[in-house]
Amino acid sequence: MPEALILSDLHVYHGEICAVRGLDITCAEGAVTALLGRNGAGKSTTLSAIAGLLEPRQGHIRLFGTALEGRKPESICKLGIGLVPQGRRIFPSLTVEEHLAIAYRPPRHAAERVFDIASVETLFPRLKERRRQLAGSMSGGEQQMLAIARALVTNPRVLLLDEPAEGLAPQIVAEVAQAIAALKADGLSILLVEHNLPLALRLADTCVVLSSGEVAWRGAPNILADDPALMAQHLGVH
Amino acid sequence: MAFWISQSLNALALGGLLFMLASGFSLIFGLMRVANLAHGALFMLGAYLGLAVVKAGFGFWVAAASAAVAVGLFGGVLERTLLRRLAGRTLPQVLLTLGLAFIIADACLMLWGGDPMRLPPPPELSGAVRIGDAVFPRYRLFVIGASAAVALGLWLLVERTRAGAMIRAAVDDVGMARAIGVSASTLFTAVFCLGTALAGLGGVIGGPILSVYPTLDQDMLPLALLVVILGGAGSLIGAFVGAYAIGFIYTFGQVLVPDLAYVILFLPMIAVLSVAPQGLFGRRLG
Repeated sequence: MPEALILSDLHVYHGEICAVRGLDITCAEGAVTALLGRNGAGKSTTLSAIAGLLEPRQGHIRLFGTALEGRKPESICKLGIGLVPQGRRIFPSLTVEEHLAIAYRPPRHAAERVFDIASVETLFPRLKERRRQLAGSMSGGEQQMLAIARALVTNPRVLLLDEPAEGLAPQIVAEVAQAIAALKADGLSILLVEHNLPLALRLADTCVVLSSGEVAWRGAPNILADDPALMAQHLGVH
Repeated sequence: MAFWISQSLNALALGGLLFMLASGFSLIFGLMRVANLAHGALFMLGAYLGLAVVKAGFGFWVAAASAAVAVGLFGGVLERTLLRRLAGRTLPQVLLTLGLAFIIADACLMLWGGDPMRLPPPPELSGAVRIGDAVFPRYRLFVIGASAAVALGLWLLVERTRAGAMIRAAVDDVGMARAIGVSASTLFTAVFCLGTALAGLGGVIGGPILSVYPTLDQDMLPLALLVVILGGAGSLIGAFVGAYAIGFIYTFGQVLVPDLAYVILFLPMIAVLSVAPQGLFGRRLG
């Protein structure tokens, strides 16, 4: 499979603190790559750097061969990165409809599937019911669905999902997981950060475990799932 | 009764002028986190430019339109060439806008001199109308209507259009707005142009009431700041409510208890801030 997203020798700092040191990660096209690790391992920092919200101090980010580092977030979005950020970051003073209207952008690449407002409303029927509602007044689960829909209508070539199951009720987690599985089945390339390990392992094609901003392990999800010692070493709670 | 009616109409007219000044200030502050202390000076510049156009014989309406456009373009140039270089650095930005305020005010003094000048209202709006027992200048009624129309137009723009939704999204979370493809650069310039154009327009519209004089900016800016602190930064509704509230408080404070006018102006602000530090309609700005 061709590579959709390649991070090479990526270093990202928060001020003087080095949060990501020398990452080399490749996300295959059409696959779900899970980025795992404890809090502070550098997962969200990596996603923020890809989306252009943090500027890498060193290294390269390439989306289908195009360099992303040093570009503005809006240019990176237009090149095909869709971000579903940690904490959802929906716009409280916009309605569901407005979120989708300002984010929508027809795909510039030859896409198998085009996301528009109608298709994300099919994916998340609750959003259709909430169309005119202010996003700030919706439940956490609905906000999460909106955050995913908002990223999808930018018609990304790679979707970055930062803890989509965080803080959601089990039945909502199942609903969100089903939607992610459907996106995967459609062939969307996804880079997933998720603390809910069973969920991450079920969705992932390949796993990358970070520790202190470096890659500690990488491999297939079933190998990780079958090795409790490995999981405890890199992902266990201390 | 005539006293109350005419003072209420005065308060509405002042409130409308304050809305034109403060709504742009508030939008700019909410979006860019820049307290544009040159906003009062741009209001005054609009008034002087309008006066110059009227004196050149083009009439009031041409003066209002051209001053709004000129001040808006000037604001856009300031944003592109100066403020942008200091993006994200609050204190240098505030100092820059304060310096610009001084420069603009001094330039006005140089160009137009120190004598207060009256900007004549358009002939079709001169004279007075009788409302009950009160006789009220026709032009002030126009100011009340015009500012209400500006408020409505601005509200429609911000609340009912896609561009307005982008502005609100960027006020809520500018990083996230950019991450979904909203161009911050274009939006910032557009809002800065709009906000400063409204200040310039307000200067011309206010000219026949306030007259045009060298420290007009220093008289108006604190009132605009009060409006924004009271109503909450970044909120159009807040600017609207704040502007008319200050319009009434200031007008009635001046006539009823002139010795305490400033106390009456600032007391409600302290009361509001102690209960709602974000202002009446403000959101917590990150």
